[in-house]
Amino acid sequence: MATILNELKKSLGKKIIAISQPRDNRIYLRVAPEDIVTTIKYLFFDYKCKLATSTGLDTREGIEIIHHLCREDKNMVINVKTLVPYPNPSIESVGKEIPAFDWIERELNELLGVEFRGHPDMRRLLLADSFPKGKYPLRKDFQHSDVTDKDYDYKRSGI
Amino acid sequence: MKRTIVPIGPYHPLLEEPEHFKLYVEGERVVDVDVEIGYNHRGIEKLAEGKTWDQVPFLVERICGICSTSHPLAYCLAVEDLVDCKVPERAALIRVVIAELERIHSHLLWVGLAGHFIGYNTVWMWAWKYREAILEICEKLTGNRNHYAMIKPGGVRRDLNDEQIEYALKRIGELAAPTNMLIGAVSDDPVMGKRLRGVGVLPYEDAVLYSALGPTSRGSGVPWDTRKDESLAGYKDLDWKVIVQQDGDVFAKAVVRLLECLESVSLIGQALTRMEEGPIDAEITEVPPGEGCGRYEAPRGEVFHYVRSDGSNMPYRVKVRAPTFNNLPTFKVSCKGETIADVALITASIDPCYCCTERVGVVDRNGNEKTLREKALVRLSVEKTKEIIKKMGRIPTLYEKGI
Repeated sequence: MATILNELKKSLGKKIIAISQPRDNRIYLRVAPEDIVTTIKYLFFDYKCKLATSTGLDTREGIEIIHHLCREDKNMVINVKTLVPYPNPSIESVGKEIPAFDWIERELNELLGVEFRGHPDMRRLLLADSFPKGKYPLRKDFQHSDVTDKDYDYKRSGI
Repeated sequence: MKRTIVPIGPYHPLLEEPEHFKLYVEGERVVDVDVEIGYNHRGIEKLAEGKTWDQVPFLVERICGICSTSHPLAYCLAVEDLVDCKVPERAALIRVVIAELERIHSHLLWVGLAGHFIGYNTVWMWAWKYREAILEICEKLTGNRNHYAMIKPGGVRRDLNDEQIEYALKRIGELAAPTNMLIGAVSDDPVMGKRLRGVGVLPYEDAVLYSALGPTSRGSGVPWDTRKDESLAGYKDLDWKVIVQQDGDVFAKAVVRLLECLESVSLIGQALTRMEEGPIDAEITEVPPGEGCGRYEAPRGEVFHYVRSDGSNMPYRVKVRAPTFNNLPTFKVSCKGETIADVALITASIDPCYCCTERVGVVDRNGNEKTLREKALVRLSVEKTKEIIKKMGRIPTLYEKGI
């Protein structure tokens, strides 16, 4: 199993900031935000991984995005992490190249407030159109009392 | 030709949870599809951040009424990955039994509804009749027909006694013959073949590009099944195979699901006979800081859970991804070029769950609106089946075919 680790080290080279393999079938690697598109494209197209999903995490310094990619025939989950710093988290979109990332980037955009530059269709996916702008429910500083009925903009949802 | 929008939903009986499909049609042909979700967004990931590690399984169990074992199982696998613990043999086999029972009842539910949509109500009644037996087994083993609450981090919550195992073995043994009959009824029927073959094709390349999951991708020749790939505890010692079909149409997906039912029947039988006395819980006492991923093949495809711990008694983050999240965007490929009469079937073919409200509106760009009821959409589909039967002449009944 160490071979996959070496393969990734060899092909991604200097892009890797940190890499570890805590369990036989899990690899965690960290890259800089500007390298994320090339890394994911390599893993998806050349390394034949499929997208499981992407997680967004509020770490107080910024939003950590983790793309979980699975290489099924080798029984390996490759987690690609990158930190998108506050105050205005912004990163290049992977969804414009790979349709599988389309929806999950829309979800990260509305729930955690990450801007994906170049995303083809950045509408709301889960939240109502009337939900107030600039409130991100999955950030740690979000309180349920932050959004009251008065904040909803019902004109935008057409109700 | 004039392009019109046919909205399906947000409340519609084809959809397990409210979703809104906009079909862009030219005449009868669908040229584009837009899907809006979020009508049932309950904020479960946020809620999970305020629950303890032991409480979260009960919360994620309620994500889906049908996959009520797959979600807690994936979550528990993620926690076990985080603390690096090994589940006892007996617990792993009990998990196999419950999860495979869930798979059969979910697939039979789908086969029944698909039969209903194309006007084969006999298939519907039969499939649901045999599904009832599964629910009775579940009730006997867990105390509930659904929401079994059997899975916990480190093992299972309840043991099975000899009487329960004997009962389940007897009932599950009775199920192989009717399932075979159902497979024969669907795959040999000429009308079913004409109605389902070549409809809603998802090519292999697109299944990969959209990272489609479960029977949706296995119907398109993508041989991924998390139970096998992840060499999951419990499954790896049992003898079973992954069902793959190449055509990518609705028929292929139906065949995958039906054959998987047979595999599940065999898996349950093997797991129940192999079970030996032993502990059922690895007893996790502490969750250290760290992270873990859990994957399990639910009836509809891979369920993925990611957990992050900061060392406290609650998770710092729980990420949940249900298979339909990856499967829904494939409509952009599979619905294009099809007729409205087939869309009901194609949307059903990825097996999004179903809920029970009605109303389909037909709106053209000028704002003229006429409302079609749910019955009308099913009627369109049934009429198409009848037309095929008429063209083919009289078809032999199942009785005449000796089924």
